[in-house]
Amino acid sequence: MNGAADMGGMDGFGPVVQERNEPVFHAGWEGVSFALNMVTGVARLWNLDAFRFKRESIPPPEYVNLSYYGLWTRTLELMMLEYGVATPAEIEAGRAIAPFKKAPRAVTAAECADMVRCGSPYNRPAPSPALFKVGDKVRAKNMHPKAHTRLPRYVRGHVGEVVRIVGCHVFPDSNASNLGEDPHWLYTVRFDGRELWGEQSDPTVRVCIEAWEPYLEPV
Amino acid sequence: MQLRTRALQTILTEKGYIEQAAIDELIETYEKKIGPRNGAQVVAKAWTDPKFRKWLFEDGTAAIGSLGFGGRSGNHLVALENTPHVHNMVVCTLCSCYPWAVLGLPPLWYKSAPYRSRTVADPRGVLRDFGVALPKDTEIRVWDSTAELRYMVVPMRPAGTDGWTEDKLVELVTRDSMIGTGFAKSPKDLR
Repeated sequence: MNGAADMGGMDGFGPVVQERNEPVFHAGWEGVSFALNMVTGVARLWNLDAFRFKRESIPPPEYVNLSYYGLWTRTLELMMLEYGVATPAEIEAGRAIAPFKKAPRAVTAAECADMVRCGSPYNRPAPSPALFKVGDKVRAKNMHPKAHTRLPRYVRGHVGEVVRIVGCHVFPDSNASNLGEDPHWLYTVRFDGRELWGEQSDPTVRVCIEAWEPYLEPV
Repeated sequence: MQLRTRALQTILTEKGYIEQAAIDELIETYEKKIGPRNGAQVVAKAWTDPKFRKWLFEDGTAAIGSLGFGGRSGNHLVALENTPHVHNMVVCTLCSCYPWAVLGLPPLWYKSAPYRSRTVADPRGVLRDFGVALPKDTEIRVWDSTAELRYMVVPMRPAGTDGWTEDKLVELVTRDSMIGTGFAKSPKDLR
């Protein structure tokens, strides 16, 4: 979807401001927000792509005004509601309200440590050979799906070159809507800066993205 | 947000999904155990060991994994080589994807709208915000992390470090130099 999250190329946000001696978390609740989102992932309540889709579905005025972990907390709240983990009354009250269904068991610290150590690879066996090879010219499709996509707006309709065949990876556009992993070939595609930003832009810039095969068409 | 976050934590705890020890484990891991020092070790090794360097650019995941780093936000790692002619910068325009396994959690500026919006369109302008100027003809390659690949930059080895050990070189490798918004420190910066 064309939401507020897709920020590449927007103007007006001002300079990049660094913070000296920045802590990992600025307040206790930020660490909790981070950890809750990791734990719900370990509990497999939903997948990461569905979480990202929910986050980018937050209306633009709200999205840009939330702090980083504020956005995570807000997304978690929306996910708990959508997936039936909490009712609006429970969110309002800040506690579980009986009668409720209890989880079969709680995620443990050891499971969290395993998740950090092992991660979750996104490569999958390929159902068919790759359509493109390194060096091929490809066009990013001019597409505007209402559901989740990882094809940023700023490359749509533009021509780039395949510079790497990454492998066959889980397709977020499908996974985010709980339609299955539907793995597709994933490529790194390089665009000339002037192809993206016009003849007046910096000629020394190249921009690379990862694009799944359904995002691309041959040129 | 503190109250809203605590509310969600309470509900998830009362319903039996989580226990406090799991929350504590994750916070402690990313506050104390996993950070840019991991990546600095990768860079220092790449500066001193030509075989490792070659492996790192061919298969980042395996080479970095051999040093014990990988897993969450590190299952698919790619190392990018800065040279006198090419400067690499990493961004995630769509959210905040970042190579946690080697750099820890990202700083606020990396996740901020100014960095996400401008880096793909005006990387030199972003570098100016960091006080970094590159020669006019240096190619700038911006890597937008739109999938589960995670990028780290291997900065150029500073002059005047011949014969330095890996341990000593690690001190020169900054977080920003591995994102591409800075250079490695020079020996005089350590004094």
